[in-house]
Amino acid sequence: MRRWRRFTPAQRIGRALTYVLAAVAVVWSLRTIEVIPEFLYDAPEQTADLFRRMWPIDWSFWGEMVAEALVETFHTATLGTIIALALSVPVALLAARNITPSATLNLVAKFILVSSRSVNSLIWALLFVAIFGPGALAGTLAIAFRSIGFVGKLLAEALEEMPRGPLEALAAAGAPRGAILLKGYWPQVEPSFWSVALFRWDINIRESAVLGLVGAGGIGVALDTALNNLYWDQVGLCLLVIFAVVVATEVATSAIRSRII
Amino acid sequence: MSAALAIRNLRKEYRAGVPVLRDVSLEVGGTGMTAIIGPSGTGKSTLIRCINRLVDPTAGEILFGGQDLARLKGRALREARRRIGMVFQEYNLVERLSVIENLLCGRLGYVPVWRAWLRRFPPHDVARAFELLDAVGLGDFATRRADALSGGQRQRVGIARAIMQDPELVLADEPTSSLDPKTSVEIMELLARLARERGIPVVVNIHNVELAKRFAERIVGMSQGAIVFDGAPSELRESDLLAIYGGEGWIDS
Repeated sequence: MRRWRRFTPAQRIGRALTYVLAAVAVVWSLRTIEVIPEFLYDAPEQTADLFRRMWPIDWSFWGEMVAEALVETFHTATLGTIIALALSVPVALLAARNITPSATLNLVAKFILVSSRSVNSLIWALLFVAIFGPGALAGTLAIAFRSIGFVGKLLAEALEEMPRGPLEALAAAGAPRGAILLKGYWPQVEPSFWSVALFRWDINIRESAVLGLVGAGGIGVALDTALNNLYWDQVGLCLLVIFAVVVATEVATSAIRSRII
Repeated sequence: MSAALAIRNLRKEYRAGVPVLRDVSLEVGGTGMTAIIGPSGTGKSTLIRCINRLVDPTAGEILFGGQDLARLKGRALREARRRIGMVFQEYNLVERLSVIENLLCGRLGYVPVWRAWLRRFPPHDVARAFELLDAVGLGDFATRRADALSGGQRQRVGIARAIMQDPELVLADEPTSSLDPKTSVEIMELLARLARERGIPVVVNIHNVELAKRFAERIVGMSQGAIVFDGAPSELRESDLLAIYGGEGWIDS
């Protein structure tokens, strides 16, 4: 009788070894994070206690600090996104191999995009707070510099995936490069551009809400103040407002996106 | 009849030592339609794309308007290209632009970039675009987006765009291959009529022998990168078709 097995003996040994290694890794990492049993046991109790302290929410904190900080967060995210869009377009044009046929320039552009993305917004914010002092300016630039890589990379990819035909037709009509960019590339890449811009704006609203933790303005500052003062009812208000804003932008961006595409 | 275009010993190798075009020489007169027929992969498309340098030839001359197109670069090449209109198999319209703007794209070689950017095309260009749109039977479609049109309508826009250039020569690369038989005839009629009215010579790649015989004044048959037949449609015999396409089962006598 012919038998069938899914794996060869070598594969079976390999798989068994993988399981053993995974188990070892889990045990090892549990030992390194040093769980303190006392804290673990009363975690549910502490959680419940935290929520009890947050309730009722301190609405007076709204007028005192949160409202203004919320507007600042909104401005930080929006202005940061606009700056990022303006700066990422030239970089994306340099990074797209079909537009810039120089491997060196492509590499330089890719380097800019990667360095922008590899640094977290909070780290960018720390840098800019050190340079410009605390406040929304540092936050805005942090958002902008973090977003260049994201927007630029996606835009460059969209440009590289463009159908060649229309571009060829414009070249055959004797159109100069600038005209081909404007009338060939731009109309075709426009939906991706706006969709990336909206997506990044959505992300930036969420990111700029925490930038205040390192002093870069916005609602994070209010949250940080409340946390430091141990005013949990104010912390509750901040968290609630951030949650509401995130939901609202999500709804807004998906509504706009469905209209432009 | 003076030659509008003279191709001398044109050679193209995509890979060194494997020529797709083997020293092709061809003269095209100042008027009329020349159809290039031949099996797929025989270099028809490469030949036509060498003329306006969408493909760079390996060797040979392409004489057009007193210049050798094969040697042009940069600005000189762009200026030569705008005098040659091109119609594509896949229409190659800018899908998200309106029909009228696709026509105006035919003027991009003449219009300064800032005008194109602000959509401030010269009024006489716009007026001509509307006229041409009427001439191709799409007068009511000016503000429709190109991606809302059918294949036949798109190809009409493609032809109108080529004519917008005010060309001295029109190249058409398999303009009917994506269309149904009836629309194919209509498109060929339109191309032949516009070219005749304006006295523009047309070089068309086409694999449909019947359409070629019906609309062209001259048939050029290619096989394996070389011209094996050149004459009037009435001179095209079965033996010539055999030489062009090989085999014989497909010819019904």
